[in-house]
Amino acid sequence: MLNYIIRRVLYVIPIGLGVTVLVFALVHMSPGDPLSAVVPPDAPEEMVQDLRKAYGFDKPLPVQYVTWLGRVLVGDLGVSVARGREVVEELRIAVPNTFILAAGGTLLGFTLGAILGGIAGFFQGRWIDKLATSIAITGVSVPHYWLGLVLVIVFSVEMNVLPSIGMGPGGSTAWEWDAEHMRHLVLPVITLAVIPMGLITRTVRATVAEILNQEFVQALHAKGLFQRQVLVHIVRNAAPTTLAVMGLQLGYLLGGSILVETVFQWPGTGSLLNSAIFERDLPLLQGTILVLAMFFVLLNLIVDILQSAIDPRMSRR
Amino acid sequence: MTAEATTPVLRAEDVTVRFTGRDATVNAVNGVSFTLDPGEVLCILGESGSGKSVTLRALMRLLPARRTQLSGRIELAGQDVMAMSHRALADLRGTEVGMIFQEPMVAFDPVYTVGRQITETIVRHEGTSREEARRRAIDLLDRVRIPSPERRLRAYPHELSGGMRQRAMIALALCCNPTLLLADEPTTALDATVQIQILLLLRELQRELGMAVIFVTHDVGVAVEIADRIAVMYGGKFMETGPVREIMRNPRHPYTQGLLSSTVHGSLRGKTLEAIPGSPPDMTRLPPGCAFAPRCRFAEPGCETPPAATQLTPQHMVRCIRAA
Repeated sequence: MLNYIIRRVLYVIPIGLGVTVLVFALVHMSPGDPLSAVVPPDAPEEMVQDLRKAYGFDKPLPVQYVTWLGRVLVGDLGVSVARGREVVEELRIAVPNTFILAAGGTLLGFTLGAILGGIAGFFQGRWIDKLATSIAITGVSVPHYWLGLVLVIVFSVEMNVLPSIGMGPGGSTAWEWDAEHMRHLVLPVITLAVIPMGLITRTVRATVAEILNQEFVQALHAKGLFQRQVLVHIVRNAAPTTLAVMGLQLGYLLGGSILVETVFQWPGTGSLLNSAIFERDLPLLQGTILVLAMFFVLLNLIVDILQSAIDPRMSRR
Repeated sequence: MTAEATTPVLRAEDVTVRFTGRDATVNAVNGVSFTLDPGEVLCILGESGSGKSVTLRALMRLLPARRTQLSGRIELAGQDVMAMSHRALADLRGTEVGMIFQEPMVAFDPVYTVGRQITETIVRHEGTSREEARRRAIDLLDRVRIPSPERRLRAYPHELSGGMRQRAMIALALCCNPTLLLADEPTTALDATVQIQILLLLRELQRELGMAVIFVTHDVGVAVEIADRIAVMYGGKFMETGPVREIMRNPRHPYTQGLLSSTVHGSLRGKTLEAIPGSPPDMTRLPPGCAFAPRCRFAEPGCETPPAATQLTPQHMVRCIRAA
């Protein structure tokens, strides 16, 4: 077990390096000059060259990568081309905002998904299963930016009970635990929770149904355990699979949904990515993707360790 | 067998199990009646699909309630099983009745240690402390001859060998001193050498603890080794029941005769083994009369009505018109 954890933690190093290569390469493979967005088209050639030198874009790619990596390792993600501010600074504002949104979406989506999926799995084939399953299918099928817009139309425009955009009053970009900020959270959280809810409902349903068909469940009844004790056994058996799906979903949510954050103008990483792409802001794009990818790597690490802690068979594989 | 009539551990009367599905109804058990005395070992012998495992599970009402129609009378340790609440049933399971399954690999919860699965049962039924339950579990593992029991308690099912797992399963079934042990083909999934060890262990524990056992198997050799009484099952019915020696020496039902002559056990060198022609009946469409008639070489027109049970001796029952 400890061996497995150490090995798994060490895996993070090559995976992390791979991520940096990918992030670096992806951005540089996209066509166009990174400077074209900031430099006016009629700028003198000399000025363009100077800028290129200043940003280091004149060096060969491998050299650029190594210098970039060296700076990344000490926490320097460069300066945003379009905004003229440190990328780290931009992220320091955006990441917590996305986390708030993701935490809300996770809590709602995972709870609903686990409950619906559990019920559907236990009562497989009955009307309540069919109801839960159709909710799940609707959840994963509805385009969430569309759902976001519909929610805005219903709750903000028609009923006028919830704010439609932003994170707080007056375009606040710093989260505060007050009623006004909470109200801004409602619609985006619901929108964000729908897909993970659907996916987790389906996963939990399939897992529970499969476990119920295994003989050990009958054996647990045969030794006279209370129904709730049997339930605990089933939950522990269903946990590793469910956790894996939850981990991936949490990764997506932490990445910030570009669509949802754009619809609700939520000042998080999704909005940051959106504007970085449109403004061809290379350092900001790279920095944001890198940080998000690292969250993903870290999250997978945690899920793997949790899984092996719950299911002893995992760490042998 | 002792002649004094004691109160039986188990009395089953006309137990019938039907599985209702969307397309068909499976008549798995069709009126099984028997009594089991304390300390008696009954072997239910039959081919796969004859309803023997279902009978065993029906006795504890362990079958999925939604798809199962269970009828008849089952009296266990003086209590009416059919009338029991879920709670009363759960109290009975594990204390009065222990069960061993065919495949210990799938009958243990894979994500709990073996020790935990034994101790939780003891704690559940006897309300002892975890520590006390652990001591009992160590004793139990010792009793079923698992070496270094303390270490094995901490092992997960997949970390034990097949034979070891079955021993642990036996320890689990015995953890609250049941008066009745139900064993569902406990040796079938094991290697031949391990089979014999497990069989000997079961026989020894049975004698030591004096519990009654219902042992389901398709293996005549195993039945002879462990049983006091044999019930030969076919098409969801007991076709012939009687003491082991009586059945072995004087099988009266054509199916029993077929089973005996189709096994290697006890047959003479040079004697050809005879297979029973045909295959087990389709339990969704049993013939109206004797279920074995379509495969029976002695079948006659009279077999089209269900044969009544004939008591050849008080102990020996056979369900065949030729015996009447």
